[in-house]
Amino acid sequence: MSEQKKTAAHEPLFHLAKRSSVNPVAAMGIRLAAIVLGLLVCGLVAFALIEKLQNNPGKIGDFYYSFIKGSFTSERKLWKFLKNMAVLQCISLAVTPAFRMRFWNIGAEGQTLMGVLGAITMAFYFGGKVPEWQLLIMMFIAALIYGAVWAVIPALFKAKWNTNETLFTLMMNYVATYVVSYFLVIWVPSGSSTLGKLKFGKLPPLPFGNQYLLIILISLALTIFLFIYLKYSKQGYEISVVGESIRTAQYSGINVKKVIIRTMVVSGLLCGLAGFIIGAGLDQSVTTESVGGQGFTAIIVSWLANFNPLFMIVTSALISLLNSGAAQISQDFNVSGALPDVIVGIILFFIIGCEFFINYKFVFRHKETGKGAAK
Amino acid sequence: MNVWLNFLIESLAFGAVFMYGSTGEILTEKAGHLNLGIPGIMCMGGAGGCLVLNIIGPMNLHPVLVVILGVLGSLAMSMLMGLIYSFLTVTLRANQNVTGLALTTFGVGLMKVIMIKLDPTVYLVGPKKIFRWPFAERTDALQYLGVLFFVAVAIALIASWVLYRTKVGLRLRAVGENPGTADAVGVNVTKYKYLATCIGSGIAGLGGFYNIIDYQASQEAYLSLEAFGWLSIALVIFALWRPHMTIIGSTVFGFLFSCSSYIANIEGITVTMAAKPLLKMLPYVVTILVLIITSIRNKRENQPPASLGLAYFREER
Repeated sequence: MSEQKKTAAHEPLFHLAKRSSVNPVAAMGIRLAAIVLGLLVCGLVAFALIEKLQNNPGKIGDFYYSFIKGSFTSERKLWKFLKNMAVLQCISLAVTPAFRMRFWNIGAEGQTLMGVLGAITMAFYFGGKVPEWQLLIMMFIAALIYGAVWAVIPALFKAKWNTNETLFTLMMNYVATYVVSYFLVIWVPSGSSTLGKLKFGKLPPLPFGNQYLLIILISLALTIFLFIYLKYSKQGYEISVVGESIRTAQYSGINVKKVIIRTMVVSGLLCGLAGFIIGAGLDQSVTTESVGGQGFTAIIVSWLANFNPLFMIVTSALISLLNSGAAQISQDFNVSGALPDVIVGIILFFIIGCEFFINYKFVFRHKETGKGAAK
Repeated sequence: MNVWLNFLIESLAFGAVFMYGSTGEILTEKAGHLNLGIPGIMCMGGAGGCLVLNIIGPMNLHPVLVVILGVLGSLAMSMLMGLIYSFLTVTLRANQNVTGLALTTFGVGLMKVIMIKLDPTVYLVGPKKIFRWPFAERTDALQYLGVLFFVAVAIALIASWVLYRTKVGLRLRAVGENPGTADAVGVNVTKYKYLATCIGSGIAGLGGFYNIIDYQASQEAYLSLEAFGWLSIALVIFALWRPHMTIIGSTVFGFLFSCSSYIANIEGITVTMAAKPLLKMLPYVVTILVLIITSIRNKRENQPPASLGLAYFREER
């Protein structure tokens, strides 16, 4: 008897258990609470870093208002916000198919950059020599091919020799960066290595609406396409099975290697498309910073949305909102341009951390010893 | 001094940045955590050290004390970053890739915000001479071999010894290979993961500090830290998860990385402008090749830790 008591006393106060089903409303509530908490911590950090705020604590209201001011107070800002969101959404969609089969492709940055390079290469060599519509088609195709090639190289090695894809794709990002700077040196012999805006190969805006409307519509169409592809097509189903368990996939006759390679080609094509949007639709030029880290942000966006293309609209909006809000803060409060990264980083910590409370629950001791045994 | 010898020493000195970064990352990866936050951690390590130097600068302290306090500041800041990472990935079992990327975003941003506020005449000009002891007065490449360089080599050797020759190292590797088994034989998995990540982050952070205060010793040095952080992660593969191999690997990396600017000084070799980016690409290409070759040869001791990237939850089957 006394022995039993002893073991009971050593039982911890609570233990963790995985939730069998997740209540979507509760999950949303937890995420919202995390964001609010993150914003509060951002306020504290802002006090530590921004001198203007230390001198005048009443400005803290302006600090939070900036998140709205950064995106919504004028029509121009709103369109810019939608444009940023659309580009981020495209890249996030691109990384999603691979993630759904647990292929940790963190090379979207490089794949997209190669897409930009592909488009600009065509514009540089053929701009003005062929009709504009032909040029745009060539740019489009080149962007897709460049992106796909960059994605399929790691996939081939993963399929054949199980080479670690996370590290491989990470390295490919840097190789892509230097490929771009190589071409910049060749194209711009003056030594400045900055390619100005090219005259040809500009994606024409729609005859109505804002100049960014076309990009936004493309990204919306892509979202719907990818949602259907992943949810209702046979290929999408195969991706899910491979992601769940490679063994199961093999037993049910799925050619895992083929699925890995094909899915990475899809990812690469989509990254290439995002590159085309950046190259032909926005910049008409290429630099090593053309993608500007969005390839990495996209991974976070996709993961936050639980790899669901429709949820991704919300998460990419959230990240774009934070980014432009934080940029507004740097402008209004006269602080270094790096502040947005700090703010986005802090809020990401909270969102990432809160997933734990969605997926796990605490089971307390007294519950367990009472009637919990049956569970 | 001979041009080649000079070049070799400079590569060694440059390599120490990666030695720190990748030794730290190896410890973390051996516990099963792929820490993509290393660039951010290295940045914060640099910022932390410089922050302390900036504060103690006007006090005219004893040189030894300056070094110790600077190193402590760097360690404190980077270990704090490691603590954030391990809390999220170990306790809250968050996705390691996503957490690491967020940590890098945060760390790089915060470092820039901090470094802009500091005064380089205080944190750099004076301390630089102290940290470059004993060769501070030399004008050739030997000047870069300061206190922190020797610490880097020592840490890499000690880390190898601990990992492969002690009980603690054996347990740590067990945690990274198969946490379930390690747990079953009574290893405190959570403790090992936390300690490996935090100590590893501290070591990596010193790399950032070394780069700012000794190797580059310029007020723009912090801007290149992020790239060096990513390169350190690459070097882990190159070194096949063995800390002492990072000494050789990082020298090769330093050689490849700086040869684009150095090689032009050597007689008989001419480099066109276009070749420079290609030379800078080499470290990454070589890393990819090493990654491919090790996966083809498929020798068990050269593989990444088996549970790398996976969260451990005891009750999961």
